Amino acid sequence: MIQVENLTKKFNGTPAVSDVSFSVEEGEVLGFLGPNGAGKTTTMRAITGFLPATSGRVTVGGFDVFASPIEARRRIGYLPEHPPLYAEMTVAGYLRFVARIKGVPSSDLGFELDRVMETARIDHMGGRIISRLSRGYRQRVGLAQALVGDPPVLILDEPTVGLDPKQIHEVRELIRSWKGRHTVVLSTHILPEVEQTCHRVAIIARGRIVAVGTPAHLVERLERAARIVMDVAAPAGEAAAALGGVPGVADVRVLDASDERARLEVEAAGVGADVEPELARAIVERGWGLFGMQSSTMSLEDIFLELTTDEPPGGEAAS
Amino acid sequence: MRNVLTIVGRELRSYFVSPVAYVVLGVFVLLSGVFFQAILVQTLQMVQTIQAQSFGGTPQPVDVPGEISRQYFGTLGVILLFMLPMITMGLFSEERKRGTIELLLTAPVTDLQLVAGKFGAAVAFYAVLLGVTLAPISTLFLYADPAVGPLVTAYLGLFLYGASLLALGLFVSTLTENQIAAGVMTFGLILWLWIVDVLGGAAGGTMRAVLTRLSILTPLGDFMNGVLAVSNLVFYMSLAALGLFLTYRSIDAWRWKG
Repeated sequence: MIQVENLTKKFNGTPAVSDVSFSVEEGEVLGFLGPNGAGKTTTMRAITGFLPATSGRVTVGGFDVFASPIEARRRIGYLPEHPPLYAEMTVAGYLRFVARIKGVPSSDLGFELDRVMETARIDHMGGRIISRLSRGYRQRVGLAQALVGDPPVLILDEPTVGLDPKQIHEVRELIRSWKGRHTVVLSTHILPEVEQTCHRVAIIARGRIVAVGTPAHLVERLERAARIVMDVAAPAGEAAAALGGVPGVADVRVLDASDERARLEVEAAGVGADVEPELARAIVERGWGLFGMQSSTMSLEDIFLELTTDEPPGGEAAS
Repeated sequence: MRNVLTIVGRELRSYFVSPVAYVVLGVFVLLSGVFFQAILVQTLQMVQTIQAQSFGGTPQPVDVPGEISRQYFGTLGVILLFMLPMITMGLFSEERKRGTIELLLTAPVTDLQLVAGKFGAAVAFYAVLLGVTLAPISTLFLYADPAVGPLVTAYLGLFLYGASLLALGLFVSTLTENQIAAGVMTFGLILWLWIVDVLGGAAGGTMRAVLTRLSILTPLGDFMNGVLAVSNLVFYMSLAALGLFLTYRSIDAWRWKG
């Protein structure tokens, strides 16, 4: 439904997005994950046709957003980072305007307004002046605006910003309910959001996509580097060498070391390597004391940090 | 066309829910009314003086309603210099500031329709301002028999004059996110286009002729005298076309700059 091919967007010669390619299937929800300034908004703006690409191509529903902008835009509902609201208008007046410029036929106008207001849960707010609404309600009016005309593609830039926890839950439920009906691209820097709402996640950092996959797939990819922290009574260097010799261990780091005690972090090399019994044996067989072991798989949050920082977290390797 | 009308409609409604429309209308009505009254009194005094000086002989005929309307329209031209920037200053600058430009530029509306809608709204509001001035002019018909021809050309002239300045103001409002800045820049631009003939007065020869032709008020004088010259029509229309073209280009330039 959405094809982005080698998209590059430069501002005054500085690339904000470099050579980004991905596609979104019909009915799929893709989450854009990345820190502020990573290029999420720029990429979304390029999809909506608000910003033309410096190079590369974006098509929506088969229409090139640059060559046939009107046809492409007809298929897109867009919620920008800041909801594009006319503060002096009433909610209903504003949505009526949006419906008209989106080409909703006059005969369907009333019905369409009722539908989007009900979906965004602002059906009792029609007569209210937008400037007097709370931030949460404005965000919902923004969401209603994107839904006007029932476009097949929805581009939502941080759709849950400014909402209270209950509203966030509602919006996520709403997005989940669209699976299969709308093709959605949403951006966020809140990790549980993508885990809860998206089929696939694209992690973007410094203008490049660093990983794409299902939330589960991304976790699995990094689970290969499952970490086990061990407290042992042994000289740090020797213990590290011993643990490094265990099959399936990729890396050992000394986190803390005193005279006779050491805390080490072991990185296992593969999924399901189950190295823990071997690690324990390696310590105990040498007559050292084992005070504790704790293994952890990385959450999406760690993956996010891992993928979007230059250096892997942690100190220098000791093995 | 539906898109253009939708934008015109929203913009006009927006004028009339914000204080801008009422302030501009109120100040314009007040100023133009005061000036009309002053011109009326002055012209009548002038007529009485001429009659007193004729010592019983046949006084020189004076076209009293024509004189009044000419002076009144001339004054309107100047008052409008101050009012027109306020009509256009927020048209694009506010859209950018509020982020609503993102809605307009991602809606299935062409840039041309957007420019036409904005310009249409400004011109429609300006037509309301001009409509108000029909009230004092119509009183002339109660007490005298003014020639209709020059009145029609004067209104046509004022309309084109205003439309061309609104088009330039529309362009200026695309240049900044601050509507006050847009208003002041537009005013400066219009003022410069006005006094360019004063500069011409200081110069001589061909330069003077050219600069005088360039002043935005010069063609207005012809229209008020009932002269309908193609060159004057072309002058205002090309100025308006230039303003709209620059607006259109400026919107395209934003897209690239982001």
